[in-house]
Amino acid sequence: MSYDTELLLRLYRQMAKIRIFEEKAQELFLAGELPGFVHLYVGEEAIAVGICENLCQNDFITSTHRGHGHCIAKGADAYRMMAELYGKRDGYCKGKGGSMHIADFSIGMLGANGVVGGGYNLAVGAALAGKILQQDHIAVCFFGDGASNRGTFHEAMNMAAAWNLPVLFVCENNQYASTTPYRMTTAVQDIAVRAQGYGMPARIVDGNDVLEVYDTARDLVEWIRAGNGPMLLECKTYRVKGHYVGDPELYRPKAEVDHQFASNDPLKRFAQAVISREWLTERQLTNIMAETAELIDQAVSMARKADYPAACELFTDLYAEREVQDHA
Amino acid sequence: MRDISFSEATLEAMSEEMERDSRVFVMGEDIARQGGIFGQFRGLPQKFGFDRVIDTPISETAIVGAGVGAALAGVRPVVDMHFADFITVAMDEVVNQMAKIQYMFGGQCSMPLVLRAPDGIIRSAAAQHSQSLEAWFMHIPGLKVVVPSNPADAKGLLKAAIRCNDPVLYFEHKALFATKGPVPDGDVVVPIGQAKIVCPGSDVTIVSYSLMMNKVLQAVEKLADLGIMAEAIDLRTISPIDKAAIFTSVAKTKRLIIVHEAIKVGGVGAEIAAMVAEEMLDYLDAPIVRLGAPFVPVPFSPALEKLVKIETVDIVKAVQQICR
Repeated sequence: MSYDTELLLRLYRQMAKIRIFEEKAQELFLAGELPGFVHLYVGEEAIAVGICENLCQNDFITSTHRGHGHCIAKGADAYRMMAELYGKRDGYCKGKGGSMHIADFSIGMLGANGVVGGGYNLAVGAALAGKILQQDHIAVCFFGDGASNRGTFHEAMNMAAAWNLPVLFVCENNQYASTTPYRMTTAVQDIAVRAQGYGMPARIVDGNDVLEVYDTARDLVEWIRAGNGPMLLECKTYRVKGHYVGDPELYRPKAEVDHQFASNDPLKRFAQAVISREWLTERQLTNIMAETAELIDQAVSMARKADYPAACELFTDLYAEREVQDHA
Repeated sequence: MRDISFSEATLEAMSEEMERDSRVFVMGEDIARQGGIFGQFRGLPQKFGFDRVIDTPISETAIVGAGVGAALAGVRPVVDMHFADFITVAMDEVVNQMAKIQYMFGGQCSMPLVLRAPDGIIRSAAAQHSQSLEAWFMHIPGLKVVVPSNPADAKGLLKAAIRCNDPVLYFEHKALFATKGPVPDGDVVVPIGQAKIVCPGSDVTIVSYSLMMNKVLQAVEKLADLGIMAEAIDLRTISPIDKAAIFTSVAKTKRLIIVHEAIKVGGVGAEIAAMVAEEMLDYLDAPIVRLGAPFVPVPFSPALEKLVKIETVDIVKAVQQICR
């Protein structure tokens, strides 16, 4: 199979953007510059990018607490994301949401979610809205293996299947639910088998191979767009970083992490594949890395200088409409 | 103006709003083919089709969550909770998602979602089908909470809720569905956040809402016979609460009683009493009185159930005590 050069460049550029954004966020958090919590997507870039490259602007996605990668892959602006991490007014949520609540409604990114398993039903609802509005968008719901043990997973899968809604459920099986290993909380080997209980087809892919994710997602998205109902795609991956930045990671050996990252880094694997097949040159990839690093550096320096929201903005956006008078 | 039931009034509101705006749809358990347990959706699917009047699986979490997602994607869902008690099954969706989304996303979206929640005590429905949980939602910034007491307000507030770009919890008392009352013709919308002085008086202010308003009005008549002129205020909305209406009335009457069917501890009455105590203590000629249910789940046995309900006589007695 051969690929369009532009596509290959874009896949790498998007993965690089996520990688560098995340490493920068880690550095800034550890330096004490960023408030709150930061959950990193390093090592899982191939999933968000492989999926979102198959979506249109008016397709919806819902995300998780580990949402930066999904935002970038769907086309969010790095500066506005960084400003949000700082709690600045220029941020996507005007500094009111932070890392776990970044959303960009202009590109159909319906928000990261601080509640594990909080996004499933939002995706189902977004898909349902298409029926009412007679629009043909689809909704993609990203979630982790840990979230698949929430009741919301089962209710959403059932409802989407019963109503034949255009939803792609994407499980990012990164082997850890917060700090607890997959095998200790989940009896089944693959989350994908659960789809069967809801009359839904499912596929499993190597989530660290962006081309495999991309190719599979293209078929699934096409199938869903054609009106065939929801599907589940399980992407096997590994959470390279801790649950959050600063996690002491007492629950797993460092050797396991190092081994996984050395042998299975999606950016490295992609680079090796495209260079050995002579689809792209090493120079092209190096240039992308350099350009992206510069872009993220700019975003950081702008975000540093940006203003915090003013005290008078505390109550804005709580309601769309002020009723007769303010609340007591 | 004609006399119709509370249930028919909400049906009219739904039908008119669905006619007016094709983005409005309704979903819930047993609402389409069965017409709702209280008949409040009867005939709607025949008019608007089963794509806009949707029977759902018994999955409260998914019903509310999908309502939130649908609202984010540009439609205007009305979600029926079957019984208000079952909102607790979807608490994350209500408290962490629908209430917070506009604020935590910096106003990028609105949340035009109505949750209809039949609440209150009816004939031995017992502990899990009788609760009045409205005060919980008054505690959550981002939600609006309405509590109609009669068919006219039921219609007007439901229309306002459907047109509102904020999430609205619409508590409808189960014992009110069959009650009849005058409902104005035409497109009458009752503004959210506006209380109503149902009858003016000078000796005591009685604040109430929902089913208890009927008992309050009966008490007002009895009190008039005893020479006590009570001012009755129907809150109609508890979030945002119409503080001005309460304060103006208390400034005039100097006495305050709050009556609700919900448990007294941590209730709407507690909030109002605190507000008045904080800002109007100097006006008061008597202690503030709260009438609400005792701190116990609603029991099944009719003999016990009647002990947790507020009756007209309780209101009359309480007023007499502070008006001596």
